[in-house]
Amino acid sequence: MATRRLRGRPELYTSYESDSALLNTPAKKVGVAAIVAFAGFGPFFFTDDILSLLATAFAAAIGAIGLNLVTGYAGQVSLGHAFFLGLGAFTAATLNGDPDDARLVGYGLDMLVWLPAAGIVAALAGLIVSPAAVRLRGLYLAIVTLGLVFLGLHIFREADKITGGIGVGRAAGRAEILGYRFDIAGSFLGLDFTEPQKLYVLMLGLLVVAAVAGRNLARSKIGRAFAAVRDRDIAAEAIGVDLVRTKALAFMISSFYAGVAGALLATVIGVIEPGGYNLLLSVEYIAMVLIGGVATISGSILGALFITLLPRFTQDLPQNFPLLADLLTGYGFLSVDQLRQVLYGVLIVAFLVFEPRGLYGLWIRFRNYWKGWPFSY
Amino acid sequence: MTRFIELVFQGLGTGSYYALLAVGFVIIYKATRIISFAQPALMVTGACFVVAFATDRGWNFYLAVLLAMGCTAVVALIIERVALRPMVGKPVFVVAIITIGIDVAIRVFVNRFLGADVRSISDPWKLGGVSVGGVRIQQRHLAMMIATAVVVTALFAFFKYSRAGLAMRATAADQETALSNGVSVGTVFALSWALAGALAALAGTFVAAGANVNQETWTVALKALPAIIVGGLDSVGGAVVGGLLIGVVESLMGGYQAEHLPWLGSNFDIVSPYVVMLVVLLVRPYGLFGTPEIERV
Repeated sequence: MATRRLRGRPELYTSYESDSALLNTPAKKVGVAAIVAFAGFGPFFFTDDILSLLATAFAAAIGAIGLNLVTGYAGQVSLGHAFFLGLGAFTAATLNGDPDDARLVGYGLDMLVWLPAAGIVAALAGLIVSPAAVRLRGLYLAIVTLGLVFLGLHIFREADKITGGIGVGRAAGRAEILGYRFDIAGSFLGLDFTEPQKLYVLMLGLLVVAAVAGRNLARSKIGRAFAAVRDRDIAAEAIGVDLVRTKALAFMISSFYAGVAGALLATVIGVIEPGGYNLLLSVEYIAMVLIGGVATISGSILGALFITLLPRFTQDLPQNFPLLADLLTGYGFLSVDQLRQVLYGVLIVAFLVFEPRGLYGLWIRFRNYWKGWPFSY
Repeated sequence: MTRFIELVFQGLGTGSYYALLAVGFVIIYKATRIISFAQPALMVTGACFVVAFATDRGWNFYLAVLLAMGCTAVVALIIERVALRPMVGKPVFVVAIITIGIDVAIRVFVNRFLGADVRSISDPWKLGGVSVGGVRIQQRHLAMMIATAVVVTALFAFFKYSRAGLAMRATAADQETALSNGVSVGTVFALSWALAGALAALAGTFVAAGANVNQETWTVALKALPAIIVGGLDSVGGAVVGGLLIGVVESLMGGYQAEHLPWLGSNFDIVSPYVVMLVVLLVRPYGLFGTPEIERV
C-alpha cells in the first residue's frame, strides 16, 4: 500500500513499497525525468558524429549493465564478456544477412526477431558456462572466463561461414523494424532525420528499457539473491538461496544483455570482424563497470559513456589544450596516437587509485557535500 | 617416436618460459593476493632491454640479459610503489584492472621503442640444434630448460633458507601476523614485484630467442595464466609444473592435431592451453597444487 509522502521530508519512508520504489525520492524523479528529456532532445543539438558516438555509448551501456549485473550485483567476475558480445553480434548478422549470399549464411529476418534472438543465443551460452561459476570463485573464475574469450576467438575464426573469417568479417544486422529503416536517413512524422539521429533515438530507447529492467531486477527477489551470493555465498545458501540456480541466472541475464548489446553495437558500427571480440574488449567492459561504479545501473551507463568518449576526448586534446599536448608530443616524446593510448591506461589507473567507487562515487561525494551544506556533515 | 620426443622437448622448452612467467604471477599473488596483468608488458620490456643492450650496443649477450633482468626489476619496483602500494586493502579486481591499465600504458612505450619492425635479441643459439641418437633438440630449448631449472632451484633455496625468503613466506601465510612479528610487509611486496619483473625479463628473452620481438610478442605471456590456474594460484611448484604441462600440450597439439583431430580447426594449438585449464578445473577447482579455500560463514 503506497502511503502519502510528507512534503519536505524526502527520506521519510512510511512503507516498504515507497522505500524500495524505483525512484524513491522526489529529487530522483525530477532528475531522471530531466536527464531522459535532455537525452531525448539530443538529435536537435548534437552534430552527427557526436550522435553516432553517443549511440555507440548507449549500446555499450547495455552491455555494461549486463556485466554489472553478474560482476557488480552477483559478484561473479567475468572477463568473458567479449565472447557473449560477439555471439550476439554474429547471431544478429546471420539472422539478418542476405539469404542469397553464396559466401555467408543468412536468413533475412527482421530486427524484431534478431535482437531477442541475439540475446537468447548468448544467454544459452551463458547457461552452459555457468557451471564453471558454481565450482569456481574469484580470480579462478576470472581467468577461466578469460580463457573463454580465446576459445571464442578460435570458434569465430573457424566458423567463417557465419562470421566471414578473420580480417574479413561481414555486414552487421540492419536496424529495420517492420520495414522502417533506422540505418538510412529519412523522415519521421514530417521531420527529416539523418541516419545517426535515428540510430541515436533507437539506442536511447533501448537503453532506457534495459536500464529500467536492470534496476527492477536488482531490487527484486532475484536481485537480493544476487547480492546475498556476492556478499557471502555460503551464508546465502544457508538462508535458502539456491546457489546453482542464482549463479546460472546471473550469467544468463548478463549474457542476454551482452548479446543484445553486441548486436546493437555491430549495427551502429556496420561491419563486424571476428578478431575484434578479444580480451581488450572484455577489459573495456570491466573498466566501464569499475569506472562507472560497481553494482549501480546509472554507474554502468556513466562508465560506458566515459570509456566510449575517452578516445574522442584524447584525440581532440591537442586542439583543446595545445600547451599540454605540445609539452608531451612536441619534443618527439610521443605521437598523438600514442599519447591517446597512454592516457587511456593512465586515466583508468588514476581514476581507480583516487576514487575506487568510480564516477558514481564522485556523485555520492558531491551529493553528500551539498546535503549538509554549509555544514561539513 | 623420434618426432614425439622432439615435440616433447620443444614443449618443455617453451614450457619453461611459461613456467618462469607463471612463477612471477604466483610470487606476486602470494604476497599481495593480486594477479598482475602487467606481466605481459614487463616481459616485453625485458626483451626490449636485451635488444637495446645486446643488439643496439653490441654488448655481451649474457651480460645484457642480466642487466635487462635488473632494469626490468627496477621498472616493476616503480610500478609497485607508484600504482599498487596506494591500493593495499582495496578490492582485488580494482587492483587487477589497474595492472591492466599499467600494461596498456607501458606497452605504448615498448612499441614505440620496437617500431613496426621485428627486432632480434642477438642470442647465441638462433635455431641451431644438437642431435642425440637421431633426436634433434634445439639449443635454445636446452638453454631455456637449463636456465629455468637453475633459476627455479635458486628461488626455492631463496624462499627456504634466506631471511627475505622467510619473510615472504610469512607474509604469504598471514600478512597481519607477519607485520606484528617485525616483517616489513611493504618490502616484501616490493621484493615480490622485483622478482616477478626479473623473471618476466628472462622469460621475454627466451620468447625472443631464435625468433624475434615485435608488437604482438606480449600475447605469449597470457598463456602463463592457464599455467598458474592448472598448477594452483598459490603454488610456486605448481606454476612450474603447470607451465611445462601447458608447453608440452601446446607443442604436441601443434604437431599432431592437424593430422589426427582436424575437426578442431587450424591453429588449435594456440588455444589448447585454455582447454587444458578448463579440463583440470572441472576435476580440481583449485588446480593441481593449489590450496582449497576454507571459508568460515
